[in-house]
Order: sequence, then C-alpha cells, then structure tokens
Amino acid sequence: MTSSLSITSPETAHRPRLSWRTVLPYGFAAAVVGYAIAVGGYPATVVGFALIYAVFVIGLNLFMGFANQVSFGQNAFAAIGGYTSAVLTATYEWTPLPAMGVGMAAALVIAGLIGWPTLRLKGHYLAMGTLAIGLIVQEITVEWTSVTQGYMGLSGIPPMGAFGFEITSDRGQLIMLASVVAAATFLSARLKRSRMGRALSAVAGSEEAARALGIAVARYKLLAFLLSAALASLAGSLFVHVVGFVSPEVFGLHMVILTFTMLYVGGIGTIAGPVVGALIISLLPETFRGFKEYQDLAYGAALILMLIYAPKGLSALFSHRRRP
Amino acid sequence: MTRLVLENVTKRFGGLVAVDNVSFTVPEAGVTAVIGPNGAGKTTLFSLVSGFLTPTDGRVLFDGQDITGLAPEKISARGLVRTFQLVKLFEDLSTLENVKVGRHLHTKAGLFSAFLHTPAARREEREVEARARDLLSFVGLQHKADADASGLSYGQQRLLEMARALAADPRLVLLDEPAAGLNGEESEALSRIIRRIADNGTTVLLIEHDMTLVMNTADRVVVVDFGRKIAEGTPAEVRVNPAVIAAYLGSAATAKAAEQEKLNG
Ligand SMILES: Nc1ncnc2c1ncn2[C@@H]1O[C@H](COP(=O)(O)OP(=O)(O)O)[C@@H](O)[C@H]1O
Ligand SMILES: [Mg+2]
Repeated sequence: MTSSLSITSPETAHRPRLSWRTVLPYGFAAAVVGYAIAVGGYPATVVGFALIYAVFVIGLNLFMGFANQVSFGQNAFAAIGGYTSAVLTATYEWTPLPAMGVGMAAALVIAGLIGWPTLRLKGHYLAMGTLAIGLIVQEITVEWTSVTQGYMGLSGIPPMGAFGFEITSDRGQLIMLASVVAAATFLSARLKRSRMGRALSAVAGSEEAARALGIAVARYKLLAFLLSAALASLAGSLFVHVVGFVSPEVFGLHMVILTFTMLYVGGIGTIAGPVVGALIISLLPETFRGFKEYQDLAYGAALILMLIYAPKGLSALFSHRRRP
Repeated sequence: MTRLVLENVTKRFGGLVAVDNVSFTVPEAGVTAVIGPNGAGKTTLFSLVSGFLTPTDGRVLFDGQDITGLAPEKISARGLVRTFQLVKLFEDLSTLENVKVGRHLHTKAGLFSAFLHTPAARREEREVEARARDLLSFVGLQHKADADASGLSYGQQRLLEMARALAADPRLVLLDEPAAGLNGEESEALSRIIRRIADNGTTVLLIEHDMTLVMNTADRVVVVDFGRKIAEGTPAEVRVNPAVIAAYLGSAATAKAAEQEKLNG
C-alpha cells in the first residue's frame, strides 16, 4: 500500500525502547525500598506505609488516569476491605487471605451498585455518588460500634500470612508489600498496552469517538472503577494486617487528599507514577524534619515547585514518547 | 444494491428544524456527497444516521435493517462508522495506537489475556499491529506511527481519524468535512484516498464544502439547505441546478473564481 501523500515530512520511525529514562523511576523506587529493607526500623515503617498507599494509588490511577474519570470516594473501598479483614480475623478468627477475599468481594459488589447506575449518566453524578459513599462508609465505621468499636478501633488483628506462616518482621512485611506493588504495577502496565487499555484511553480521550468505534463506554468505565475498588480494598486489608489495628480515621478524607496528591505528583496516567508519588509524598515530610517548625512550609514549597516544574507529574518527565 | 436509506428524517431542536423531512438513498458502490451551506443541517444528518442523535421523525435503514434510535456503538458494530467535523483523536495514545483502537470491534482480548499475554492474545495483538501499520501507510502516515497523535499537523490528524475509522472495516463510512483545513495539494491527495476507499468496496458518504473535491470525488451529490433536500444528482447535474446555484451563490462564485484563476495561472 503506497498512496503517496505529500502532507507529511520525512522522519525516521521511532520505537519506544528501554532507556535510562524509562527505568529511572523504578530504579528510584527499588533504591528506596532496598534501603528501607537494609536499615529496618523507622524508615521501614515509613516506606511500608508508602507501599500500601501505592497499591491504593495504582488503583486510583486506573480510574482517574487511564479512564479519565473522577472519584472522591475510593477510601470507602479501602475501609470496606480493611474492616472486613479486621473483623473477620480479629473477632471471628479467620485467616487473613480468605478475609481479604471476602472484603474485596464486598468492595466489588458495592462499587458495582454505585457505578452501574451513575457511570451511564453524563456529568458529575459519579463524582457526587463516590463522595457520598466515602462519607457513608466513614459514618458506618464510626457508628456501628457493636462490630467496629467506633473511634476506639479494633485491635488484635494478626499479621499477613498464609498456610501457617505469619509475616511478622519489618523486613518480611516490606518484601511482601514491595512484591504486591511490583505485581500491581506490572499488571497495570500490561493492561495499558492491551486492547482493554486502549479502550480506556479512548474513553479518556473522547467518549464520542470511542462510541463511534464500537466501544461500550459505560462498560469500560465500570471496569476501571471495579479494578480501582479492588485495589483500594486490597490496600485497606494490607494496612490492617501490617498495623494490627484499625480505626475510622485511617480511611477518612485525609486519605483522599493524600492519595490525590500522590497521584498528581507521581504522574497521573503513567505506569510508574503511583509508586513514585506514594514514595515521594511519604518521604518528603521526613526529609524536612530538620526544618523543625518550618517543616510544613518546606513541604508545601516542595509541592508547589513540583507542580510548576513537573505539571504532569514526576514520572511524565521520563516518558519515552515525543512531546509535540 | 442500496446501502443506506433515509425516510422522511426530521430533527427538531426546540423550535429549530435542523433536518426537515429528508429522504434519499445511498447505493453500495461509490462516493456520495452531502453538500450545502453552513448550518444547513449536514452534521446533524450524520449524527442522526450514526446514532448520536435520535430523529424526531422518520427512519434510517442500513443494509435493509432499521437502525433508527440505536446507540452509536451498536450502529458502528453493524458496520457504519463516522468521523467528526472537529477531529476527535485519543491524545494519550500514539498515532499507531489510535488506529489500533479502530480494531476494537474485530478483536476480543479481555482483561485476563491482557494480564497473562496468552498466545491467542499475542497473535491477535500482532494482527492488530500489522493492520494498523498498513492503514497508516494507506493514508501516508507510516513514518508518524510512534509520534503523539496530538503532535500531528491538522491535515495529518484528519487522515489519522480516517485510518482509525477504516480499521473498523466499515461497510459505510461517513466523513464529515474531511478536507476542511487542508491546502490544495493535500486535498487532492485526500481525494485520491477517498476514491481508493470506495474502490476497495467501502461505501463512502461525505460532507464537503470544497466544491472542487466534490466534483472530483463524488459520484452522486445530495444538496441540503435550511434542513431540506433541495437537489440530488450527479455533480454535473447538481452544478447547473438553479436551486443549488441560488442556495450556493457564494460558494459557487468562489469556486468559479478559483477555476478562472487556474486557467489564467
Ligand atoms: N445539539 C444542537 N442543539 C441545538 N441546535 C443545534 C444542535 N446541533 C446543531 N444545531 C443547529 O442545527 C443547525 C444545523 O447545524 P449543523 O447540522 O451543524 O449544520 P452543518 O453541518 O450543515 O453546518 C444549525 O442551525 C445549528 O445551530
Ligand atoms: Mg457541519
């Protein structure tokens, strides 16, 4: 097929390849996690939390980055996962994995019930619906004291484990969390470059053009929403098993703001963005501890600088594709 | 054989009748053009046919089946694919990936084949890749395969949108002002591409302002003005139709002047 069109200027084909640019974000993440595993102690705790957040943000990225939708209520699914794990293991003495499975199933059912009707509507119904579900689940965790103990919280949650093994050491937990984050990142990369991922990018780019090519837009939004809820639920379960305790504040509005910051600083829509964002945002306050009472100021200044110099997120600085 | 039938199609927006009782047929073979002044209702007509708008009245038949009021994704699944007057590319994707999206209807890889890279999924992906590259070559964008779609020139974006629509293997493709914003040389090249699409067996229905392109490319022309069909026929017939000349005075005069210029130059 050679229709000679003279619209185009000759340029050589350009294939994305593995370069230092694409590898750098992962190198950074690996270095941070490696350091934490080596030294243990407080750094291991901080990095552990960062990795749990990373799982959540990877999910948020599927919905907000890949599919270009908005949800303010993914914390609800973390709470559903976290509390299901906590109650089933601490109160009913289940083992962690089945409890986590039930939590994820519950999160998926609730996400389906909210997403199915709202995702077919245009406009901000879903954003409002998700905000509502975030607040409702928060209320339930506070008020349903016979199960959740309200603000007292639930303690005595066993560490993650399976088949009689329990992961109790800092290092063991970090390795477990890093493996989960690596797997979720790997799978989201595969998703992005697949037929499904392209359909999500199409929905993100233009719903009308997507429909003109036969893409059932509502179904793909729902798919992204469900995947996102599943990862949020997983993050919630991981949290309660790592900490051994859960209370309503853990999954509050604070979590929404923090994870949004992580997503945007890391680079929304990118593959490495969630991990990079989760690590940077978790480490920044620690880095600025030396600033004493100016710590918050330094933290804020750093965020503003990043927004100015990397408006598409830190990971976008390392994108392999040519910018126009 | 008839590809598309419009029967008394009407669309009202409140008090405005954007499309007023329009009927015509599009045969399987060749290129049919819809022309008419700005605001005549051409784009609305395309939206009614492709399911983005529901007619207030009338029916649309595609390959003999009633598709009136079906959702756009259902209509494209039947083999009727449109492009947009204002190009709508997927900006997160490269040029090649945009065309790959066009294969959506003819592929089936799901979530698990994406995660697991099953042999079947990899084979399907190879086919999609090959097909997308062929189509990029067809419109002359093969050297832009890995560039950001948003970085293409306007003319290239129009061609990309066409390649993406063709990737869906449509039996009928609707092109909404494909030559808008192209220079003379570009629009001549476009005209050749459109002829080749039709020669390959895909019915082409296009909206166009550029009379030269219509005269060179279309086999039949439907003229609309103020939502109504005012004429229909071969380009030569339509060109001398008094009603068309009256409606089109401005454009016709411009076309004449351009022709004159060509003769002089
Ligand atoms: N969604 C809409 N709501 C109200 N009026 C519309 C809408 N779409 C088009 N119109 C009106 O319908 C008429 C025909 O528009 P259009 O089909 O875009 O014309 P054309 O493509 O021939 O230039 C115009 O007067 C336009 O303002
Ligand atoms: Mg128009």
